[in-house]
This record gives sequence, C-alpha cells and structure tokens, in this order.
Amino acid sequence: MSLKRLLGRVVGALAILLVAGSAFAADLTTLVANLVTGGYSERDAAITALAASGEERAAPILQALGAGELYVRNADKVVVIAKGSGKQLALTDAVTGKEAGTATEDDLERVKINNRLRGTIESVMGSLTLMNPDPRVRRAAAQALFSRRDPSALEGLDKAIAAEKDNGIKRAMVEARASVVLASDAPADKKVEAIAIVRDRGDRDAMGVLQAAAASPDETVKAAATAAADAVRQSLAAWAGAQNVWYGISLGSVLLLAAIGLAITFGTMGVINMAHGEMVMLGAYTTFVVQQAIRSAAPQLNDFSIVIALPLAFLVSGLVGILIERSIIRFLYGRTLDTLLATWGLSLVLQQAVRSAFGPTNREVASPSWMSGAFKVGQIDVTYGRLWIVIFALAVFAALLLLLRKTPLGLYMRAVTQNRPMASAMGIRTPRVDALTFGLGSGIAGLAGVALSQIDNVSPNLGQGYIIDSFMVVVFGGVGNLFGTLVGATALGVVNKFLEPYAGAVLGKILVLVFIILFIQRRPRGLFALKGRSVE
Amino acid sequence: MITRFLWNGMSRNLRLFVLLVLAIGIALPLLNQLMPRTSPFYVPAYVLQLVGKYLCYAALALAVDLVWGFCGILSLGHAAFFALGGYCMGMYLMRQIGTRGVYGNPVLPDFMVFLNYKELPWFWHGFDSFWFAAPMIVIVPSALALALGWFAFRSRVTGVYLSIITQAMTYALLLAFFRNDMGFGGNNGMTDFKDILGFSVQSDATRGVLCFASALALAIFLVISAAVVGSRFGKALTAVRDAESRMRFLGYRVEGYKLFVFVLSAAMAGIAGALYVPQVGIINPSEFAPGNSIEAVLWVAVGGRGTLIGPVVGAFIVNWAKTYLTGALPEVWLFALGALFILVTLFLPKGVVGLWGQIKARRAQPA
Repeated sequence: MSLKRLLGRVVGALAILLVAGSAFAADLTTLVANLVTGGYSERDAAITALAASGEERAAPILQALGAGELYVRNADKVVVIAKGSGKQLALTDAVTGKEAGTATEDDLERVKINNRLRGTIESVMGSLTLMNPDPRVRRAAAQALFSRRDPSALEGLDKAIAAEKDNGIKRAMVEARASVVLASDAPADKKVEAIAIVRDRGDRDAMGVLQAAAASPDETVKAAATAAADAVRQSLAAWAGAQNVWYGISLGSVLLLAAIGLAITFGTMGVINMAHGEMVMLGAYTTFVVQQAIRSAAPQLNDFSIVIALPLAFLVSGLVGILIERSIIRFLYGRTLDTLLATWGLSLVLQQAVRSAFGPTNREVASPSWMSGAFKVGQIDVTYGRLWIVIFALAVFAALLLLLRKTPLGLYMRAVTQNRPMASAMGIRTPRVDALTFGLGSGIAGLAGVALSQIDNVSPNLGQGYIIDSFMVVVFGGVGNLFGTLVGATALGVVNKFLEPYAGAVLGKILVLVFIILFIQRRPRGLFALKGRSVE
Repeated sequence: MITRFLWNGMSRNLRLFVLLVLAIGIALPLLNQLMPRTSPFYVPAYVLQLVGKYLCYAALALAVDLVWGFCGILSLGHAAFFALGGYCMGMYLMRQIGTRGVYGNPVLPDFMVFLNYKELPWFWHGFDSFWFAAPMIVIVPSALALALGWFAFRSRVTGVYLSIITQAMTYALLLAFFRNDMGFGGNNGMTDFKDILGFSVQSDATRGVLCFASALALAIFLVISAAVVGSRFGKALTAVRDAESRMRFLGYRVEGYKLFVFVLSAAMAGIAGALYVPQVGIINPSEFAPGNSIEAVLWVAVGGRGTLIGPVVGAFIVNWAKTYLTGALPEVWLFALGALFILVTLFLPKGVVGLWGQIKARRAQPA
C-alpha cells in the first residue's frame, strides 16, 4: 500500500467520523429539545427515547432533569444544566457537555417535572447506566441491580447482555439477571436455572438472594434455593478461613519486620535492646521528614517518597545504632540484664527527644497511590498496601539471609557469634563487627519503621507497641535462628487473627501471650533451638 | 524470743535503718496531728500522703531486690503483684462506698451500674469484709507468683527468658484489666473511695495511720528479708544467683529456693500495693504497665542491688526526683529517668549505697 493511498484512507475515515459525530449531535439536540417541550406524556416518551438512543450525554441530562437542575436559558433557548448555590449558577451546555458561563436564576427557566416523570427517569437510569461506555459504571450498575432485584429492569438487562463485549461485566449482568428473575414471577424452571447462576457467584450478596428465594412457595424452587444457599454458606466459610490466613500473614509480616532486627541484635549478639522499638520509630519519623521535604521541594516525586525514605531510614537508624553500641552497649557485654536496663533508659530518652522535636501528636504519612486500593482473589479482599508490606518483609528477610550467608561481613558476624576469642585470634576485629552487627539490626528496624508508617500512627510511642511482640516472636521462634523468626512471626500472626473473631482483639492477644508463656516453659529455647556448644 | 532472734540476726546499720523508718512513720503523723498549723514543725497532709506513697514504693523495691539482688531473678513484672494487691484493696474500698455512689446502688459499685451489670460477679463476693480482703491481698499475688514460678523454674527458664515471660505476664494483665467486661472497672479502674474500716480515707488522721502502717510494713519486710538473707537458706540463695548449675550438681533443689523467694517477694509487693491504693485514692490498669515494673527495677539499681537498705534509699531518691521534676520541668523528667538508667548501669553497678564502698576501695588501692 503506497503512502499516498494510506493517507487518502486516513483522511476519508476522519471525514466519515466527523460527519457521523455532527449527525449524532444534531440528533441529541432534537431529543433534548423534545425533553423540554410539550405536555407531560409527550415528554415522558421523550425521556424513554433519549434513554434508548444510547447517547453518552443521556445519563447526565436525565440525572439533571430528575434533580431539577435542567434549565432553558431565556436569551437563546439553549438547554443547560445549572449547578451551584447562591445567585450565580455555573452552567453546562446539556447537549455538548461544555461549560457555558454563569447566570442568575432570573435568566433561566427551570424545566418542570412531576412524579410520573421522576419514576420514568429512575427506571430508565438503571438500564441507561448498563449501556454506559465506561466499563466501571456498567459493572457498578449490574452490581446494583443484583442487590436491588427490580423486575422492571429485566428488559434493559437482556439488551445490555446482548450488547456487552467484556466477559467479566457480561457475567455480572447475567448474575444480576438471574437475581432479577428470582424476584419476578417467572416460571419455576427458569428460577431453578437462575439459582444455579447465583450459586456460582458464591459471595455474601448471593447468599442473601438465595435466602430470599428459599422463601418461595414453589417446592422445587424452595428446595433448589435451600441447597444452593447451603453450598454458598460452606464455600463462604472456607473463604473466610482463607481471608483470616491472609490477614494473619499480613500481621505476621509486620511482626517479622519489627522482630527481624531484634533477631540479629538479641539472637546473634545476645544483647537485649529495649530501644529497638525506638529504632523503628526513628525510621517512621525519617519517612515523615523525607515526605515533607519532597512535598515542598519536588512534588512530582511524591509517589516515590517512601522508596527514597528507605535507604535514609536504614542509615539514620543504623547510625544511631552504631552510636549506641559504641557509647553504651560495648561496656555491658556479658551483663545482659544490665544492658536491658540501660537500653530501656535509652528508649525513654529517644522517645522524649522525638516528642520534644516533633510534638506529642500523631504525624501523618501519606500512602503513595500505588499502595492504595484493593483487589479480590476469589472472595479474599487484598489491599495493595498490605500486599506490598508482605512482599517488603520477605525481601528484607531474603536480603538479610544473603548478607549473613554470602558476604564477608556475614561470615565475620557468624564467626564472632559462635566463638568470640577464636574469631579474634584469627584476626577479625571483633569490636568493629559488633558495632556493624548492631548497626545492621538497628537499620533493619528503621526499614520496618518505613513500612509501619503506612499502617500505624507515627507518634513517639510507635515503637513501644511493638517491642514486647517482637521479643515474643524472637523467643518463640528460637533465639539465633532467622528462619525461626520467620516461622514464629507468621504463626503468631495467623493464630492471632484466627482467635480474634471468637475472642475479640484484646482477649485474642492475651491468649497468645499466655500461650507463649506456657510455650516457653515447654521449650525454653524456642521453636528452633540451637544445638551444641553455642547454647550456653 | 523470735523478735530477739530476728534482731540479733541484723547488722548494726540495718537495725538503725529500721528504727529510722519506724521513726519517720511515727513522727510525721504525730507532727501533723499535734502541731498547730502555724508551727514550722507542722507537717501538711500532702507530705504525709507523699511519704506514705514513697514508703509503699520502697517496699515494692525491696521485694524486687529480694529476687533480683539476692537470687538473680530479674522480674520485669513485679508491678503486676503490686497492682493485684492494690486491686484487692480497691475492691474492698469500692464495696465500702455503699449507697454513697453516684447511682446510690447499695450492692453494685458505680461502674457496674454504668455497665449494666445486674448482679455482683462471683469474684466480688466477700470483699465487703476487710477480714476477707486482707488475706486476699496476700493470696492473690502469691498464687500468681506460685503458678508462674512453679512452671518457669521447674522447666529451668532463666535469665532473660524469665524477664521476658514476667513482662509478658504483666502486659497480658494490663490488656485484660483494660477490658470493661472483666468486672474491674475497665480503663477507669476504681476510685472515689470513702471509708476504710469505718474511717474516712480523706481525713488527716487516717492518712497518718496509713503512713504509719506503710512504715511499719516496710520495717517488717526489712526484718523478714534480713532474716531470710542472713540464714543458711539465704546463703544458698546467693549461691544460686552466682552459680546455679553448680548448686544443682551439689544436690540442692534450686527451683524450690527460687520459688520460695519469688512467692515471698510477690506477697510483699501485694501488701505494698494494698497500702498504696487508699493513700493515692485510685487504682487503674496503668499500674500494670511494663514500664512501671522496669522503673521499680531502676529504684533497686540506683539504691544498690543485693543490699537491703539500697532499694529503700533508691526508691526515695528516684521518686522524690520524679515528684519534683514532673512538677517543675515535665519535659526533662523522661530525659533524666532515661539518663539515670544508663548512668547507673554504666558507672554505679552497686548503686548509691555501694558508692561508699567503691570510693573506699579506690582509696585503698592507688599509689
């Protein structure tokens, strides 16, 4: 095909489009004109005609008419939609949908409407939105019909199903149709068919529809609906279990993030760092500061402020950690219980310092757009925010594992942990390794802070809420074992979420604490205990 | 005879100290009652209340020291025993309010009427009598300590793990007592007390008696602790602290020693809590906060662990500083408290009481 011919075709196609467009516009103008002239019964017909036209503008125009916002401008008899309060109303041209200046109520004449017209508008709106070009609107309309079950919408639904191209929306419409059929006086065999469709949908709404259908006087319909309702109830129970597992994993990932740094400092160094929660808090405040800075300096990066905050939070918390190790903890090696007291004091100082600097109130950290929203897997609701945190927790875990297993620093750390004098004799500078290990653990706590800033209040007390839970996870999982921490965090998260529906959030937590207290009695060294000489 | 035996078992310093505690407990209430208000020797009621409070804290610190200083069990949950004793006393005091509450219900305390309780929960029965409540003050904390200790010591949970368990225990209790349907007043706790044994808790005379009772309790605890620590049993206890495995190999039943001292200490903490509640006029779940227990450990550390005088001195110093600083410079208090934790562990491992010994040792060594 030569370039010339191609060009010719494109121009031709454009011309056709333009002509067609103007033809539609002309058509719409007449339809709208009919809407505002003549008696009520003529205008009633005009409403139906406009709705049947399939015009994109039909929905907003009819909506405005129903709400009493449709006017005719006295000056040029143009039909406009007027919005706003007070003297000056903002006008929109009804036909084109473009702005048309402002006017006072005196320059306009309201299009009159009565209850009969309102009824007509309401019934056509349902099917109208079913034909809307925006797929989201169509889906929402089908959903609304599913739960409203208005038998008069059957015709519109059939038409919409025939026209629908998107399979997912088509299914939603078929389901809505089945729900409508169940509410209508259709014959029993049609209803049984409809029950099968609704059952396959299998969610809470379907349950409601089926329960309503089970009250039917017809025996076959009643039996089918009852059986289907039972099936749906069972599958819903299974999905609820799966949902709890997901919530548990989500909580477990938060626990993992908070505890994994502790697993390093407590688990491998044997240092009880009560200020660990405050390292998390510092990470969260770093996120806050970074976000504020980006908001004022480079707003186009707003969505990535969290990503930018990650390395900074790691650095801030890590450096503070190294500082603490060098100035306090190194004098207390071998005096575990004293370390506990000193770091507790430190946590008080850090909390008060942050409170003095940022104030005692909660600071708001906004979520980036790619972390908001949710989607469904089967009947499980998954929010993107939680999903990212789970992914992030696993990534941090994997990175840490790699660091410990595959890098020289990891080798030194393990060596110093296992046999300090021997490592020292082999030329490893143990004080430096101590400082770096503690810095690493603290830095990871900072990373956790970035994640927690998304789901918790950023306040000076942020860390305190996690410190006891974190210790529980590390002790439960087994000290000095990263996989134990992973398993411990997930297990505690899932158990907590399964207890919650039966016992309530607080009692569930108490039960978990009691369980851990009893568990430590049975296995004082945790789930995955270290064996051999390093134990004592 | 027993008194003489106990008296002879104490060192001269400790005897003087016990007499000093008693003297404070007697002198302050008397000065409050006998001196005219204009006299420079008049002791206002709030001082009585404050000193009474400190005396209760000191008793708690002594209880912590008994397990931590002498047996090496760092309990981060002693405030739970203190609070449980306090709640037992609080329940008695609530029942004494009778019809004088806001709702005027003769049986149910105000918060129960407010929460739509129809009748008294079973565990509240008997608390209208002081002679039922008094043994409960000892029994409830001791029973908890016995259960926890029996499980923990038998399965050889030691060191940090035990600290974490005790902390989990007090945290769980904190969460539990915050619940309204526990029947202990939820997060508001119990307050608005009227009478104790028929005397108004607000009157100066009652405050004086309570202050004296706290001093007496502390003195008795000191004598008991001295007897325990100074006996053969106490020697074994210290040995458990210093070399647990060796004691076990020598044939001692280590868990028995630990359990006895843990329960004794819990009972002391419970009594201290019970004396504390009528003096401050309120008991609520925040007494269970893990921070409180750790603060009590700090009093011991500041005063000097492993001594009997140390915890008392430490409790008075830290709490006096707290009263002063939270009033004068509230911003500074947490900085000061935190710094105290760090400085004491780094530079004063033996506490204020041990400072004298440290200085003497340094004098003797140099040149």
